[in-house]
Amino acid sequence: MTKITRRKLLYTGLATGAAIATTRCASPKGTPNNPAPGPEVNTNQIKDVTLRLIGTGVSQINEIRDKAQEDLGFKLEMRALSTQENNQIAITQPDQYDIFDGEYFSLPLVIPSGNLQPIAVSKIKAWDKIVPFFTSGKFDGLPVEKSQGTAPYKVMYLAGADSTEFSATPTDFATLIPFQYNADTLGYRPDLVGRTIKSWGELFNEEFKGKTSILNIPQIGIMDAAMVAEALGLMTFGDKGNMTKEEIDKITNILKEQKAKGQFRAFWETFDESVNLMSSGEVVLQSMWSPAVTAVQSKGIECIYAPLDEGYRGWGGGIGLSKNLSGIQLDAAYEYMNWMLEGWVGAFLGRQGYYSAAPETAKKYMSAEEWDFWYEGKPAAVDMVDPFEKTLAKAGAVRDGGSFKDRFGNIVCWNSTMQENTYLVQKWNEFIAS
Amino acid sequence: MAKAWTNVKPYLLATPQAIALGLFLVFPIVLIGVVSFWEFNGYSMTPAFTLDNYIGIFTSDVTLKTYLNTFKFVGLTWLFTLLIGYPVAYFLSFHVPKLRWQVLLFLLCTIPFWTSNIIRMISWLPLLGREGLVNQLLVGAGLTQQPLEFLLYSDFAVVLGLVHLYVIFMIAPIFNSLMRIDRTLITAAEDMGASGVSVFKEVILPLSAPGIAIGSIFIVTLVMGEFVTVRLMGGGQAASIGKLIQTQIGSLQYPLAAANAIVLLAVTFAVVVSILRLVDIRKEL
Repeated sequence: MTKITRRKLLYTGLATGAAIATTRCASPKGTPNNPAPGPEVNTNQIKDVTLRLIGTGVSQINEIRDKAQEDLGFKLEMRALSTQENNQIAITQPDQYDIFDGEYFSLPLVIPSGNLQPIAVSKIKAWDKIVPFFTSGKFDGLPVEKSQGTAPYKVMYLAGADSTEFSATPTDFATLIPFQYNADTLGYRPDLVGRTIKSWGELFNEEFKGKTSILNIPQIGIMDAAMVAEALGLMTFGDKGNMTKEEIDKITNILKEQKAKGQFRAFWETFDESVNLMSSGEVVLQSMWSPAVTAVQSKGIECIYAPLDEGYRGWGGGIGLSKNLSGIQLDAAYEYMNWMLEGWVGAFLGRQGYYSAAPETAKKYMSAEEWDFWYEGKPAAVDMVDPFEKTLAKAGAVRDGGSFKDRFGNIVCWNSTMQENTYLVQKWNEFIAS
Repeated sequence: MAKAWTNVKPYLLATPQAIALGLFLVFPIVLIGVVSFWEFNGYSMTPAFTLDNYIGIFTSDVTLKTYLNTFKFVGLTWLFTLLIGYPVAYFLSFHVPKLRWQVLLFLLCTIPFWTSNIIRMISWLPLLGREGLVNQLLVGAGLTQQPLEFLLYSDFAVVLGLVHLYVIFMIAPIFNSLMRIDRTLITAAEDMGASGVSVFKEVILPLSAPGIAIGSIFIVTLVMGEFVTVRLMGGGQAASIGKLIQTQIGSLQYPLAAANAIVLLAVTFAVVVSILRLVDIRKEL
């Protein structure tokens, strides 16, 4: 009798184990349920509209959704994804979203799928208030005008209403309205490094052997590596944002050498990983995203987002329209875009260290002290508090890298999608396996 | 009529399971197989019949290196889960007298499952990190001058993570087969004058072989496709086939990833078949 009970229990145990294994392997994906409003009842009732947004975790913020719903009267559903999932869904599952919130460098992949419809520039009220670099590639003659890679203005316009070709000159058909953007650089722990870091080249410095890290997303990691190699004079590039096969070979060889030497402690893929690496002291110098630096600082650990001699690597994201939008839903989407440029959102993002697409509209929602600290690079007159009540900078502190002009103006390359993307991924895998 | 019914009945009973397996297992795998012959560019894939994906895989030395590395993880994980799992299962079945205690202790072994990947990622750091507990202990006790760097973000860490995670899959089937051994056989062997060692060698080990085989199949199939633990514990510096496929999927190279998945499936299948040829696990079932 006992024997049967035993066996039963064992089998149940085995089954549970198997069940756990299965659930661990499966990754359930939610299917957003958006009942399209029936046209005959709702034709002129914008408040019954629900817009579904997809975007990365950094951009899908509940506070913005709530405020938008309150101001605009219709509903927004936000879905936070990783950069790669976001692109995958944008390209392969166009029915899953109404508004795409993605990075400019993903456009050479997303636009050919035909899943986005052009934004009519004439319907965007604050278009002329958007930072001119996005709309015309101009920015006071500063280095950013000559930056390499998938700079936003290069993929800002489409040739025609039904076109999937980019236009080099401004047209009435835009791809994305800028939403979040920033100038990325190396972050370091001044307490563990013990001096000021001024060049990208320091990432390969023997002094920090086994204590550095780079980003393990091929398209972004390669740009950081290129900045380092160029800074050290190890090699030069025709265009870092569009490397040739030979250049990719050469840069991956340099990376392999560094890996074999034990220069890197680890590679990171998610925001949290980079924060953990830095705050635990496993890594003292690494390529980082600006909110990650803020996250380390908010743990009471000193972390500097270094302004470097060679300049910054820029990234920018914006929102675009799904081709499925029409009628009242399309109107709602335009209302949302106009609301986004109106200023409240810009100020909200500005308090977290991002820049607004249209800074002058954001200015009226920020206090003079906030504006001076975040945009002008002046010492904080009072403690800087972000929208989530966290103090990001004490009174007297100065933003790393200084003013908007100094930081944005010195972007020398952008996150990129290269023509040799497939080859790049292959070589990157080789590097990881080496 | 009644006879025909008897003949049909087992097939009818098996139908729901067959449909479910066909729909959710066989069909997707066939699809992956089909896609593996497609062409792709940076953003889309087009139906075609090209062998380029496979040629790419078999001509690249990255594939070989990555497979060797994956086999290394499989081998080491298998060895350590067996070395840990067998004694644990043996202890549970032969030295714990009460069923209640056996079950309770067995449940204890499942604890590693209760933690999510995120928790593990965060919790290994303060333990194994450069300034972690282990290093503090070693340096504090004067055993080493410098903190040991290999404890985290290394192959050592990957194997440690995998063993910690999967040892239960070795314990459970071995425990199961040990429990089923007729205790009178052991008594008989002892009556015939066999020593403890030879009882183990001649009676217990052969009878528990099917359990070891099942455990090994679990370990092989789980570790061959591993990428999360490899990435988190290896700090992204260690390669495995699963990780390679994940990077390709992330870069929207589905056909290439599919081709790799098919090769991985074939290799894993070959290993499982050879395990099955060594041990007749049907005795167990």
